[in-house]
Amino acid sequence: MTTWTSTPALGTSRRTGRDPAVVPGGLPRWAFVPAALGGLFVVLPLVAMGTRVDWTNYWGLITSESARAALALSLQTAATSTVVCLVLGIPLALVLARGRLPGQSLLRSLVLVPLVLPPVVGGVALLSTFGRRGLLGESMEVLGLQIAFSTTAVVLAQSFVALPFLVVSLEGALRTAGERYEVVAAGLGAGPTTVLRRVTLPLVWPGLLSGTVLSFARALGEFGATITFAGSLQGVTRTLPLEVYLQRESDPDAAVALSLLLVAVAVVVIAATHHRGPSR
Amino acid sequence: MTARARRTARVTAALLAATSVAAGLAGCGPGPVAADGTTLTVFAAASLTEAFEQVADDFEADHPGVDVRLSLAGSSSLVAQIQQGAPADVFASADTTTMDELVADDLVGTPQDFATNTLQIAVPPGNPAGVASLQDLAAPGLRLVVCAPQVPCGAATAATVDGAGIALQPVSEEQSVTDVLGKVTAGEADAGLVYVTDVARAGDQVDGIPFAESDAAVNTYPIATVTDTDQPELAREFVDAVLSPEGQAVLAGLGFAAP
Repeated sequence: MTTWTSTPALGTSRRTGRDPAVVPGGLPRWAFVPAALGGLFVVLPLVAMGTRVDWTNYWGLITSESARAALALSLQTAATSTVVCLVLGIPLALVLARGRLPGQSLLRSLVLVPLVLPPVVGGVALLSTFGRRGLLGESMEVLGLQIAFSTTAVVLAQSFVALPFLVVSLEGALRTAGERYEVVAAGLGAGPTTVLRRVTLPLVWPGLLSGTVLSFARALGEFGATITFAGSLQGVTRTLPLEVYLQRESDPDAAVALSLLLVAVAVVVIAATHHRGPSR
Repeated sequence: MTARARRTARVTAALLAATSVAAGLAGCGPGPVAADGTTLTVFAAASLTEAFEQVADDFEADHPGVDVRLSLAGSSSLVAQIQQGAPADVFASADTTTMDELVADDLVGTPQDFATNTLQIAVPPGNPAGVASLQDLAAPGLRLVVCAPQVPCGAATAATVDGAGIALQPVSEEQSVTDVLGKVTAGEADAGLVYVTDVARAGDQVDGIPFAESDAAVNTYPIATVTDTDQPELAREFVDAVLSPEGQAVLAGLGFAAP
């Protein structure tokens, strides 16, 4: 709880804060040049976009009816997707980190696929599953459930792309934490559910938190799978990234203003997770 | 070899486009320039893909050593790229409004209209929802997909629907006409409003239903040379090739009407 690994998301167990190789002065000087370029590469486009913003009309641009509808829908769907990710992702990470099932490494690879898949491909895959003529879609249609073009489709698309972020973060944290305390607790007579609730989850809490925030951020930024699978209708499926993409066509100023709004949300989200940052 | 180089350029352009879309921000990256010979870069609306590929092949056959590179995207995106200084020699737009933006900025020469296109109803093969007219699209429970009013096909849709005095309740307003067509071919939508040429392009994946009210919104395609081109003569020749009887025959074969 007191110590954060700086990269729990990647599942490394190295506590970089204590690694002598990265103490200032121990670092080769040449490394600062590409490091500075790398930082600039990320920051410069964001600053450049800031210079394009029509500040005098900014408030009007981000509070238009369509912008408010898109923001509200984005926050609502991203929050719902995060819950879906937690419900499905925590057990999945536990199984991957602690289970001893055959084919587990294959399962891990498969779960991580959406991480590297272009989201539009994810959209096509979801369409093949939940679409009207999809694998499950046909039976759902019979039951009167229509997924495509609904807000549910947006949540499915976002959960699909965001789930791996939670699983990777949490699994890394679980592996780093090890099983010592769990073994002790079990030896003292605690049942598996008690061990999970009282020992395991509190131990990996920082990893779980950062995984949650990462999946929320990923869900909030989801574009490709949504536009392919869910469609685009104000207040129903047109989330903020889709609204930005559409506004580019007719109102570039609005597109830039809304982009900056998304950047602001992203910064707040990241600041919230790294607030208690890596221990020094 | 020219055809292959052109294909490579096209794939590169597609990859660049995919990258910029993935990044969530539109970027305009010029593709690689052919090392040998002359390259003519043509920016054309996405709906012109097949037509301009054929015209470009014919043009290359008539002009040995000339490599025509096609950059195909939504007209609005192409206008934005040209305004940012993208290296284009010729620009063909899917509507006069977007072309007029470049005319106003003095970025292109005098545009010439070379084709027109009208809307048609696209339905999945067999027309499961039994759509027969524009009025049928307003039926409750029908899953209709149209273009968003911000893009040219959506503006045409709005003009047509307003003229006919009906109100549509689409389940989705897509970013491009290709997205609308995709939702129909996938069977997700019961009907979509697309261009005649999109129905022709989709082959037997969709059925097209013409309707009289489509005359209310005839889309005109203008073409012009870009002012900053390094090869104005060659650019002019490409425009002439599109306007020539051969070029017009290619367009007509793909469902376009004459202006």
